[in-house]
Amino acid sequence: MTEAKHVITMLVDNQPGVLARVVGLFSGRGFNIESLCVAETVNPEISRITLVTRADPLVMEQIQKQLRKLINVIKVRDMDKSKAVQREMALICVKAKPEHRAEVLRIVDIFRCKVVDTGTEHFIIEVTGDEGKLAAIINLLKPIGIKKIARTGIVALFREPK
Amino acid sequence: MKPIENTLTGAQILMTILQEEGVDTLFGFPGGAVIDIYDELARTPIQHILVRHEQGAVHAADGYARASGKVGVCLVTSGPGATNTVTGIASAYMDSIPLVIITGQVPTQLIGNDAFQEVDIVGITRPCTKHNYLVKRIEDLAQILKEAFYIARSGRPGPVLVDIPKDITKKRIAYTPVEPVRLKSYNPTYQPNLWQLEKVITLIREAQRPMIFAGGGVILSKGSSELTAFARKTSMPVTTSLMGMGAFPGTDPLCLGMIGMHGTYRANMATGACDLLIAVGVRFDDRVTGRTDAFAAQAKIVHIDIDPTSIRKNVQVSLPLVGDCRITLSELNRLIEAIDFGDLAEQRRSWLDQINQWKQTGALNYDQTTVIKPQYVVETLYHLTQGQAIITTEVGQNQMWAAQYYHFDHPDHFITSGGLGVMGFGLPAAIGAQVAQPGKLVVDIAGDGSIQMNIQEMATAIQYGLPVKVVILNNRYLGMVRQWQELFYDKRYACTNMEYAPDFVKLAEAYGALGLRATTPDQVESVLKQGLSSPQAAIMDFWVDREECVYPMVPAGATLTEMLLI
Repeated sequence: MTEAKHVITMLVDNQPGVLARVVGLFSGRGFNIESLCVAETVNPEISRITLVTRADPLVMEQIQKQLRKLINVIKVRDMDKSKAVQREMALICVKAKPEHRAEVLRIVDIFRCKVVDTGTEHFIIEVTGDEGKLAAIINLLKPIGIKKIARTGIVALFREPK
Repeated sequence: MKPIENTLTGAQILMTILQEEGVDTLFGFPGGAVIDIYDELARTPIQHILVRHEQGAVHAADGYARASGKVGVCLVTSGPGATNTVTGIASAYMDSIPLVIITGQVPTQLIGNDAFQEVDIVGITRPCTKHNYLVKRIEDLAQILKEAFYIARSGRPGPVLVDIPKDITKKRIAYTPVEPVRLKSYNPTYQPNLWQLEKVITLIREAQRPMIFAGGGVILSKGSSELTAFARKTSMPVTTSLMGMGAFPGTDPLCLGMIGMHGTYRANMATGACDLLIAVGVRFDDRVTGRTDAFAAQAKIVHIDIDPTSIRKNVQVSLPLVGDCRITLSELNRLIEAIDFGDLAEQRRSWLDQINQWKQTGALNYDQTTVIKPQYVVETLYHLTQGQAIITTEVGQNQMWAAQYYHFDHPDHFITSGGLGVMGFGLPAAIGAQVAQPGKLVVDIAGDGSIQMNIQEMATAIQYGLPVKVVILNNRYLGMVRQWQELFYDKRYACTNMEYAPDFVKLAEAYGALGLRATTPDQVESVLKQGLSSPQAAIMDFWVDREECVYPMVPAGATLTEMLLI
């Protein structure tokens, strides 16, 4: 069976140790985590975890069942990409020698990113988008020289009915 | 001054909730972090069984829970007290046994400081408890304890640990009883889907070679009589997992005995040949299935279990049914009642005849020669006790011989560490079972290796006047590993020789128990009679054939029907 990428969204009790239960489940049962994003919802008692994993259909079924079995997990859904908005943000620190500055700014413009910090030898660029956009900009900036990168991992929400 | 009548300390709140939950027995071991709890415990009618090692406390609570049908409760101190419980907790988790484990913790303000006897037991036990809690505020204590009992006993049962810092046991608050527990994210499904149930009936009608595979879930849900009625009404033979022994009467003609690596010839052959397998309260452990892709390869599999994660985890099924085993079986019985299956026994004649033939060809047998055969000891024990004793086991050959040669007609009579396979389980579990059932004969079938893992609990048995009987099948080997070495490692017996064991008769006497020994076959019956009829706890040491193997055996990774026979 073929592995596919899945974005799992879940609501959990906003309590200490809950993230450890979720992450421990993945490591203990040999499931993988590609990215993970956790933050409080409007209700401070509940957090949303958005998690990206790669699994075949049977493993994916187990992942969801095992997550639902955790007492602190309130709701789990596998996000079909077509029905959800998925975004990721990255902060990218790019080397910017004088001869590359114009090039970098052109890329920033094309991708509609923001320069949030700069110095004589660098830019820090804030970029938001889906996975494809992030991959594309990283690909373009790599030859110029990426010093550091911090990515949030995917956050996602189901679209509401039109 | 404020009135103090309605204020309680944390320790008093704990005692209040324990009594509300019907707890009359604790298994435990005191220490600094729980000294206030112990001080309060002494003022309640709750009986405390002082074990000699915290691992023993958890296994005893496990045996108690299985023999009583109640939640088993342990109380231990922080640090090493807590870490010593881990094996017991992991065993109870694998076997779905309802336990509440109360651990002491260093005072709140010291947590994280590497204080004396501090350990992150909530972190350590996270993957081997159904749920666990660290109590951070005394205001939450009562609610957490209520939830712990509710979670432990509901749905698929399991152990729940509550870690209570010392300062919280001493602190005092105004106590108001808590509301009944409702958890928004935990609602086990007890009622099966009616639509799915009807599909089961259709499958039963169509099947030519159906069988039932019953496990611990039937016993835990108290569904044995429903299972028995279901099997008899539909003329379906029944095999059980190790955990399911006693879920269906072992002496019933429809009983196939145990399935799996050391299952009976007929049970494993029938599994390979059946066209419908109704699995109830099982989780298809690898010791049951052998090679999973060849397991019950001709069969449609119906899987009934209260835990959705058990379904389609190891084996693909045709029809999943999430629900409580007892409720599901009684719903099936209700549906069957209204249906005329014609003469099912007649229709299944050739299938049942085939099974009978397997029963003749691959029967469990052995030759009782001049040395004592371990099987003979278990079989004699079975006859002398007329199958009515509660049997606990250690792990290894002793466990398999107990399962093969003692036929259980009732649930809750076979208490074994099935999933985790803990050596040293049997004696403390026997103590717990004896506390729960004082009028019953409780026998631990042990090996000379595993009995030494928790032998210290003999002192506990003596202290509380618990007449547990230990039957040691003494081959001076770690027999099961030796068997593997004999069969698969060219008889290289690496580190399995256990010739340096204590004199178990003298050891029994040193503890204040009765010690007996049989070295020849003719002594077996008289030693058993003497030991079983004594009002004392007893250790009976049987010097058995050193190199006897457990058969049938399915080599690891082989198909179930590829058994090694004697």
